[in-house]
This record gives sequence, C-alpha cells and structure tokens, in this order.
Amino acid sequence: MLEAILLSIVTASTPLLLAASGELVTERAGVLNLGVEGMMIIGAACGFGGAWLTGSTMVGALCGIAAGMALAALFAAMTIGLAVNQVAAGLALTILGTGLAGLIGLGFVGERITAAPHLAIPGLTDLPMVGKLVFGQDPLVYVSLGLIAAIPFVLARTRAGLVLRAAGDNAAAAHALGYDVAKIRTLAVLFGGGCAGLAGAYLPLAYTPFFAPGMTAGRGWIALALVVFASWRPARLMAGAYLFGAVSILQLHAQAFGIGLPSQLMSALPYLATVIVLVLISRVRRGGSVAPAALGTAFVPDR
Amino acid sequence: MNTPSDQSRPPDAAAAPPGEVPLLQGIGLTKRYGGFVANDAIDIAIAPGQAHALLGENGAGKSTLVKILNGLIQPDDGEMRWRGEAFTPNGPAAAHARGIGLVSQHFALFDNLTVAENVALGQIGGESLKTLSARLAQISERYGLPLDPKREVWRLSVGERQRIEIVRALMQEPHCLMLDEPTAVLTPAEAERLFEVLQRLHADGRALLYISHKLEEVKQLCDTATILRAGRVVATCDPRTETAASLARLMVGADVAAPKPQPGHAIGAPRLSVSDLSLTPDDPHGTTLRRITCDVRAGEIVGIAGVAGNGQDELFAALSGEQLVDDARSISIDGRPAGAFSITARRKLGAAFVPEQRLGHATVPGMRLSDNALLTSHAEGGVVRHGFVDRAALLDLVDRVTAAFDVRKPGRDPEAARLSGGNLQKFIIGREILRQPKLLVVNQPSWGLDAGAAAAIRQALIDLAAGGAAVLVISQDLDELLEIADRVAVMFHGRLSPLVAARETSREQLGLLMGGSGWPQQGARDAVPA
Repeated sequence: MLEAILLSIVTASTPLLLAASGELVTERAGVLNLGVEGMMIIGAACGFGGAWLTGSTMVGALCGIAAGMALAALFAAMTIGLAVNQVAAGLALTILGTGLAGLIGLGFVGERITAAPHLAIPGLTDLPMVGKLVFGQDPLVYVSLGLIAAIPFVLARTRAGLVLRAAGDNAAAAHALGYDVAKIRTLAVLFGGGCAGLAGAYLPLAYTPFFAPGMTAGRGWIALALVVFASWRPARLMAGAYLFGAVSILQLHAQAFGIGLPSQLMSALPYLATVIVLVLISRVRRGGSVAPAALGTAFVPDR
Repeated sequence: MNTPSDQSRPPDAAAAPPGEVPLLQGIGLTKRYGGFVANDAIDIAIAPGQAHALLGENGAGKSTLVKILNGLIQPDDGEMRWRGEAFTPNGPAAAHARGIGLVSQHFALFDNLTVAENVALGQIGGESLKTLSARLAQISERYGLPLDPKREVWRLSVGERQRIEIVRALMQEPHCLMLDEPTAVLTPAEAERLFEVLQRLHADGRALLYISHKLEEVKQLCDTATILRAGRVVATCDPRTETAASLARLMVGADVAAPKPQPGHAIGAPRLSVSDLSLTPDDPHGTTLRRITCDVRAGEIVGIAGVAGNGQDELFAALSGEQLVDDARSISIDGRPAGAFSITARRKLGAAFVPEQRLGHATVPGMRLSDNALLTSHAEGGVVRHGFVDRAALLDLVDRVTAAFDVRKPGRDPEAARLSGGNLQKFIIGREILRQPKLLVVNQPSWGLDAGAAAAIRQALIDLAAGGAAVLVISQDLDELLEIADRVAVMFHGRLSPLVAARETSREQLGLLMGGSGWPQQGARDAVPA
C-alpha cells in the first residue's frame, strides 16, 4: 500500500518537475514564457501520436520534445526576434497549443498505448520497499532527476551557465561585453520548450495510457508558479514539485477513506500546500534573491 | 542642430602625428538619429600610448562616438582604421578582439553575480576560472585595485563597482582603454586613487581615451584633446598648454558665466519651517533623521551640505511628502502644518520638488517630456480639464520650458531618456520653475553636469529666489553652495547643524562639520528620541 502510494507520487510529480526545470532555465536567461501549458499539451498530443504509430515510448518522448521545441521556436521568433511582449506572446502560445493539440488528437481519441516500460535490474528492483521506488521507475523519471541535478551544476559552475545568467541579469551589459544575447535566450527558450514537451508527453506515455484534450489540467501553470515560489532555485523547485505531487496523491487516498471534507476542498489542497510552503521558504531566505533582474524585458541592441 | 555634414573637408584632416600610424582612427564618422545628428563627420586619431581626452558638453556626442569606436553601434557614414587597416566592428566582440577596452559611465555589471563571475564574463574564450582568478589577483595587485572576488556586485559601493569594470577591461590587456567619465560618480578620495591608476596605465604604454568634465584632471593626464560641440569636432589641441578656462570656452563656444547674484531683494517671512523633525526611514539601510530644525525664508537660498548618505535623501523624502512624518507640525509650508500632506497637497500649497535621480525619480525615462510635465503639473489647472488631459497645453508647456531654459533635445517632444543629463536637468528644473513655486526643494541640482549646464541651473535658482521664492538646495558640492546660498548648514549622521550665513563661514569650517568634528553633544546621539 505505502509502496504504491510512493510510486504514484513519483509519477504525479515527474511532469511538473520536467516542465518547471525547463522554465527555470528559460527564466534565468531573462525570458518569461507563459506558454508552458500550451507546450505541454502539444507535447502530450505528439508524444502519444508518436508512440501510438510506432509502438515505441522512446519515439513518443522524442516527438513530444520536438513538438514543445517547435512551439517554443515560434515564441522565440516573436519575443526575441520581433521583441513582442513576452506575457502576451506566452498566453497566445497556450491558446494555440491547446487548439493544435485538440486537432492533432482527433485522430486517436479512444486509442490506447502500452505504458512506458519500467526499469528492471534483477536483484535490486526486487528489494523490499525501496526496490521499485529507486530501481524500478520508468526512464523519464531518471531523466527528470538527472536534469534537476545537472541544472544547478551547469548554472553555477560552467561558462555556459554563467553567460546564461548574465543574459538574464543585464542583457545590455552582456551585449556590451560581446555576447549574443538573442542566441543565448533563443537556446534557453528552446530548452524550456523541449522540457515542457517532454513533460506533456510523459502524461500519455507513463501516467494514463491514452490521450485526452485538456489532459495537462493546468500542470503548466503550476510549473510556472513553482519556478517563482522556488525563487529560481533548482533544489527548492524539486521540493515544490514533489510536495505538489505528494499532496495531490494523498488527498485522493484521503477522499477514498471518506474524510468528511468536501472533495472540492481536498482537490484544492495540493495548490494550497505548495504555495504556502514555498512562500514560507522564500520568506526565510537570506541574502539577495536570484530573481533574474532582466526577466520579461525584451532586449534590442542599439543600431 | 540639423546642419548637413561638411563634405568639403578632406578626409585626411584627422591629425595624426607625422610619421606615426595612429592606433585607432575615425574618419568622417557620422551618426544620425532621425533628423538629429549626434556625430557629424568626426575625425579622431589616437596614437599608440597616447592619453587622449575627449571633451564636450552633455549632449555634444561623446558617448555616441565612444559607442561607435567600440562597435556597439554602427556609424551611418565614415570609416575607422586600426593600425592603419580598415576596421569595421560589427559588434563589441570585434572591438575587444583588437584590444579596445571600455569602462562605461553606466556600469555594465551584473548585480546578482559575484565579482569573479563579472570579470570572467569579460573574457571571451576558454580560460579556466582558476588561471583567471590568479590573473585577477595579479592585476588587482599591480594597479592597486583591491577586490574581493567572492562578493556579489549589489553589495558593493560605486567605487568598488567601477574597480570591477576597470579590472575586467585590463584583463584583456587592451592596447586602448576608453573611460567614459570615470570620476563623475566617485568621492574625491576614490577619484584621487583612480587617477593614480590611470597614470600607471599610461606609463605602461597603453593608449587612453579619457572622457571627463574635470578639466584639471585632463590637463594633468592627457597630451591631446579632441573637443566636440553639437556633434562636431571644434578643436584638437594639447590640453597642457591650455587653461581650464580656454578649454571650457572651446567646449561651450562662449565664456562660461559665473552665476550673477541678484542684488537688493527683500528677505521675507519663512515659507518652509522644519522644527524637531525626527524620522525613521522606510529603507532599512537609510539614515534616521534626528531633531532637524531649520527654516527657509522667502527670497533666500538655503544650502544643505554633507557627504552622501548622511540623511539628505531621507530629509528630501520628508520635505516632499514621499514619506509622511508622525508629527504633522514638524514641517510647515507657509505656516500650515504639512507633515501629513501628500506630495500633491504640498504642491497645491505652492511647493515644488526636484529629486536627485533625473531618470526614474524626477522623470519616467520611457515617457515623453509632455507626459513627464503632466506628472508634476496635474494638480493645478491649465493642463487637465474635467479629467481630460489637454495635449496642446502640455506641448505648449514643453515649448515654454525649452525656450526659457535652452533645453536641447531631439525633436519637439522626445522621451525623457533621450535627453542628455544636463538638458534633462534643465527641463526638470524649468518644469518646476514655470509653475512659479513659492518654495523649491532641490536635491543635488548639478550632479554630473558640465560647467555650462551647471551654471545655467544655478542662475535659474538664484533668479527664482530673487523673485520671492524660498529655495532649499541639498548638495554635496561645497563650491556650489557657497556660490549661490545665502545661509548654509551641514548634515551629518542624520543631524543638521545650525544655519549660518554663507558669507561668514568657509570651506574649511564646513568641511570639518562634514567630517564629523565640531558637533555639540558628541556621543549623545542616542539620547535623542527617535
């Protein structure tokens, strides 16, 4: 029972973690992409389509990534190339993604695919309690954990990460030092799009083995909120994602047990708990915020 | 301003010393913004190892020229040469690669990154952070520019921030280092130290392009000066053989007139009275005001001196109404307790306020001048009718300020950010003076302005007082205060010394008070109720 609950928590948290990780990188480069929900749902549609046509989870995941990146490329062309307002472009992206995904999904409504295979290491996976939890997840869980471990390292320790943070902190200064701000930001937006697409694809590939329009159910917005409430710090982001996943699974079980609270209130619990905890964390932080100073501002060099 | 470029000038007019190829040469460089010609066929030649000054008033085109030479913007016309070869940088990286370093006026720093990271970002290429840190330490040591590599920039003082920029530029081992008004933002002691660094750099054989308003510095450091006026080169000379006055004349095109006092006007009743004003600032890093008492009478200018950060900004906030005070009677305007009044209510009593920060506090950078004029004049009639803004009246107001205070700007109604500092300040002061205030409170009126603009601002304040207004000037510039003020006082640690007649005091006496000596009840500060 406990093992089943823990396993479902991991599955519920992974898409949030994937999408939020990508958005964190995008925002650290100074670009606010509110289109996460749209990139996720298009990733879900294309991810399901890819897996359904080929029977391969791997192809499905790649299709999801490609779809998210394609939508992100459109966003980059608008906000970086044409310096369109990022908030408006991001909202438009969500609406576009939702519509497109419904269109793509028309062809495979009611179809099912086999769920992503889980890791099986003889001996280790059979260990009691921790076996399935640590060594028996689907591959995308490990990808999400690898990402969230790699991001702080890359941001803090590598030149690429330093340049990315510079573009997010003071784009004009980065330009004056000879960096191609547009290129850096475009790459960050594409990375965010790929992550969101993969997060979306995770839903039909590993969570529920079919596609339904609207199956992202606001997870893209939660991912956006997680980035802000985690003060752009990867460790807090992971804590927030897993907290949200845990509360959303636990409240389901609590409802099943028949706790005398209205189900609407219970369904709101994950949102409440995540916001409250992350707000409390961000209140006790010390020193300067790592909020990217140039977040949401378009940069056009003088000519 | 819209003079067509002078095509009859031969392209070889850039005066290179005979027999020597200039390190960096600009020939006929022209840059237009709409109809505004920021740089008009500029010729400049910087010889290897030369300390070259670039002089000119605010808005003369110095910063535009520096941006062109650094590849930050591309000229519309003209060419550049580096060691005699064609040089057309398509971006700043190309200029860095040749060995051109820039220390800009508005620092190109990343506040959330550490000193070491900021320096590392200046080095394009694969140098490891370890060797980079070693070189950083070595350059800090060699030029006497101490830096703590692990600190984040937002924790540092202005002087320290500038050191980062200089060290970052030096890490590239530049052949030519350009400095855009490096001493303008520094305290005198910091400026002195920077000056020694620059002399050492010059002795190392690096070419310098030095932009400054401080003509004495230029005479001491530089052997050649190019002087710009209204986007054109008006002279190339040896500053060592010129006097500061003759250089200023070349920059302005006329003698810089010292402000003339207006004799024989009456001093009237107090318009502003501050009594026992104590205030805890909103900003946790601010200075607490302690029992400040002073009055400003109609027809006089009162000056408040002091080193920055001794409570001047808090005093300005209390007087203007940006922060309300607990005891409304501690500030009265024309005898009415005003301490609890909003800024607009104080304006309706006839007060006007000019804060220190021109962009972002006195004006909204991205808004047009007409809209910025509306921001302080909306309370009185004339520009707003039944809740609707009268655009024609606002544009007329902009035109009147422009004419009365000689504001030079691109177009009739540009965004505030497009004016040079001096012209924007003239506009801001003019905007308030045309409202015919009975009381004007102004913080650092001529900070960072060239001699011509500063003189114009001071004259405007003198004339305003002569017309019967009370003027309170907060300034770090003692010479300015002694020139225009009737009475002066000094702020130190949130306290204000008694007002004394400017004629009966001296720089030395005020300087001692600014440094903290000569205060009564030293150490009894904490006894003052907050």
